Amino acid sequence: MAKFSFRGGVHPVYSKEITSTLAIVKMPLPQKVVVPMQQHIGAPCELLADVEKIEKGTEVKAGQKLGDNKGFVSAPVHAPISGTVVDIGPYNHPLGMKINAVTIESDGHDEWDENIKPAGSLEDLSADDIRKIVREAGIVGLGGATFPAHVKLSPPEDKPIDVVIINGAECEPYLTADHRVMLEKTEEIVFGLKAMMKALGASEGIIGIEDNKPDAHKQVESMVAEEENIRVCTLPTKYPQGAEKMLIYVTTGRVVPAGALPMEVGIVNHNVGTAVAITQAIREGKPLVERVLTVTGSGVAKPANVQARLGTLASEVLDFCGGISESTLKVVVGGPMMGLAQPSADIPVIKGTSGILALTDEDVYLAESSPCIRCAKCVSVCPMNLMPTSIAQASEHGDYRRAEKLYALDCFECGCCSYICPSKIPLVQWIRIGKNEIMKRKNK
Amino acid sequence: MVINGKLIVSSSPHIRSVESVQSVMVDVLIALFPAALMAVLLFGYRALLTMVIAIAVAMLAEAIWRRKSDIFSDGSAAVTGLLLALALPAAVPWWLVVVGSASAIIIGKQVFGGIGYNIFNPALVGRAILVVSWGGHMAGDIWPSPQPFAFGYDAAVVTGATVLAAPEKAVTFSLPEMFIGNIPGCLGETSALALLIGGFWLVYKGHIDYRIPGGFIGTVFILGVLFGGGFYANIFMTGLFHVVAGGVMIGAIYMATDFVTTPVTPAGRLIFGIGCGLITMLIRLWGILPEGVTFAILLMNAVTPIIDNFTIPQRFGGVKKSA
Repeated sequence: MAKFSFRGGVHPVYSKEITSTLAIVKMPLPQKVVVPMQQHIGAPCELLADVEKIEKGTEVKAGQKLGDNKGFVSAPVHAPISGTVVDIGPYNHPLGMKINAVTIESDGHDEWDENIKPAGSLEDLSADDIRKIVREAGIVGLGGATFPAHVKLSPPEDKPIDVVIINGAECEPYLTADHRVMLEKTEEIVFGLKAMMKALGASEGIIGIEDNKPDAHKQVESMVAEEENIRVCTLPTKYPQGAEKMLIYVTTGRVVPAGALPMEVGIVNHNVGTAVAITQAIREGKPLVERVLTVTGSGVAKPANVQARLGTLASEVLDFCGGISESTLKVVVGGPMMGLAQPSADIPVIKGTSGILALTDEDVYLAESSPCIRCAKCVSVCPMNLMPTSIAQASEHGDYRRAEKLYALDCFECGCCSYICPSKIPLVQWIRIGKNEIMKRKNK
Repeated sequence: MVINGKLIVSSSPHIRSVESVQSVMVDVLIALFPAALMAVLLFGYRALLTMVIAIAVAMLAEAIWRRKSDIFSDGSAAVTGLLLALALPAAVPWWLVVVGSASAIIIGKQVFGGIGYNIFNPALVGRAILVVSWGGHMAGDIWPSPQPFAFGYDAAVVTGATVLAAPEKAVTFSLPEMFIGNIPGCLGETSALALLIGGFWLVYKGHIDYRIPGGFIGTVFILGVLFGGGFYANIFMTGLFHVVAGGVMIGAIYMATDFVTTPVTPAGRLIFGIGCGLITMLIRLWGILPEGVTFAILLMNAVTPIIDNFTIPQRFGGVKKSA
């Protein structure tokens, strides 16, 4: 059991029971995939038009690299299926804009690139080898943040890492993909963790799991029983338990300084799905071309945890789950607390897509906001100990200097403030606007 | 796949807690129920009448001002009306209640822009206006002593000033009597017991921060012990006396915790509570008024923005540990 507890947080209705007992189902091979050149934080990929001749009409194999960028903070993208490139151009992206993407029509054979082969046993691989494998496989943080994984595995020399934490908190309501991965791919998580520990020279591995998933906890616990330097840490169920800084504090008691990265306190964090992806990259040589996601919400006919190839359209995924009801008000990619509402389901599943939700008025709360009554509930739930109402107000008034003084940039947008607000003020939205403006000024 | 109608695209989070301003205000009304009940039991039907008039006028004044037909609305006007009624003496004439309640809503709240924008606690603004305009009705010797649990007694028969007015009066009441509320005073302020029941419930519900009543009551007790005057031989008794006599309990639990007019930071709330206690005791011990809760809270309301500004909490990870 965790010794520490982070301040604030909220207890939303979790609605995880809808899908938590449903085993992961593999989606049939899609007819068509759309692969955006940007599925990660960092420099967008450039199409490999010269070397690999990726252009309209090119035949590609599954796992073949489609785009890359020489920049360090970036991750290549690969073809999720074999087939023909039928289109290259801007396509709807879950981030809400159109981003350059490659559309591939399946040949139905699912032939894999011949260069894909096991990398050898973990003992024979050096730390550099592991980093290279992870980079080449295009692995990014699968919890949703999509930060390139190899970057986190390459800390500067003056920042030694002693602990690797695997994030199995899955604190977002509705989502159960990580839960199922922990139950069904336990061994791969532990292997992935060991690979990361080796790449970082870390001496301790921690797997943090919220206590609303006792079966996953038991399963993982039994898997690491023999491991001397890996332990499972039970986390109290509270949103946002899975937020990087909260998770680190709760599992180790270490406080990541404001504005700094976890490596500052000798820690690297990875999602359970990322650990599995790393394992598959090492064992099978497979790049990141599929992921597990939860399809749920009151608007979905047959909610499920599905394993889908990246690039599969959300509309196809929803159809696979029985379609969505007419009363659907919102289609959200990600969880209900931090996910992005979509104007249409014509968007591809990308590396960071942890869930697709179809929410009806049973799930969403639509209300007009009224003036702030200064109840300070947002202040007491803020895990970063900020004053959301004051920041939002400064931002609303265009006083971005004050917003910055109130530490707007420390907000990681968990949404607890907006969630709890009795006046239903979109606090985190105002704070986002403020953060944007502050960053614009800084970059000037 | 066909999507009928348009999807709503809005910023996360997509789920919200069910709590609303109205539900919070209803909770406050529920919390005030024990005090209101005690007021009727102790002071009779006139107490009930005062409360009904105050609440009705407050809600009406707000509805008329906002030109909305929704009388109850978010419930804040009802809370203001009830709080004002509970802070009035039992023998006030009906027109005084009307004037006080209407000015609480209009001058105390609506002229600033309505809920959320007022600087001063509306109920106390209403009360302060009555105190300075009709002091004769609001204080002094026409305050009736309560007949314990006597419905419909004639208020004109028994008279007695607030216990705070004179030390020699105090000793005629035991502390348990004062705790239950069987003493002269305003309708809702006398029963510390009833006020505490509602107060604990509000803390449990997360609507009020214990720091404000804690700081307020604690300060009053400490100053009462140190400088409380000759009410009791035992100075700790005097400290307790200052806590349960007069409006400290109702002020600390229900008025100094008004969301809009008090600080939002944890440290700020403690400072606010202590400040209220300090000013209350300054007025009680060295001022010309027997009671100081109303003006203590109003004065602290005025400095609330400054307190908030000076007590911005340290963000998570804000203190860098020296290596």
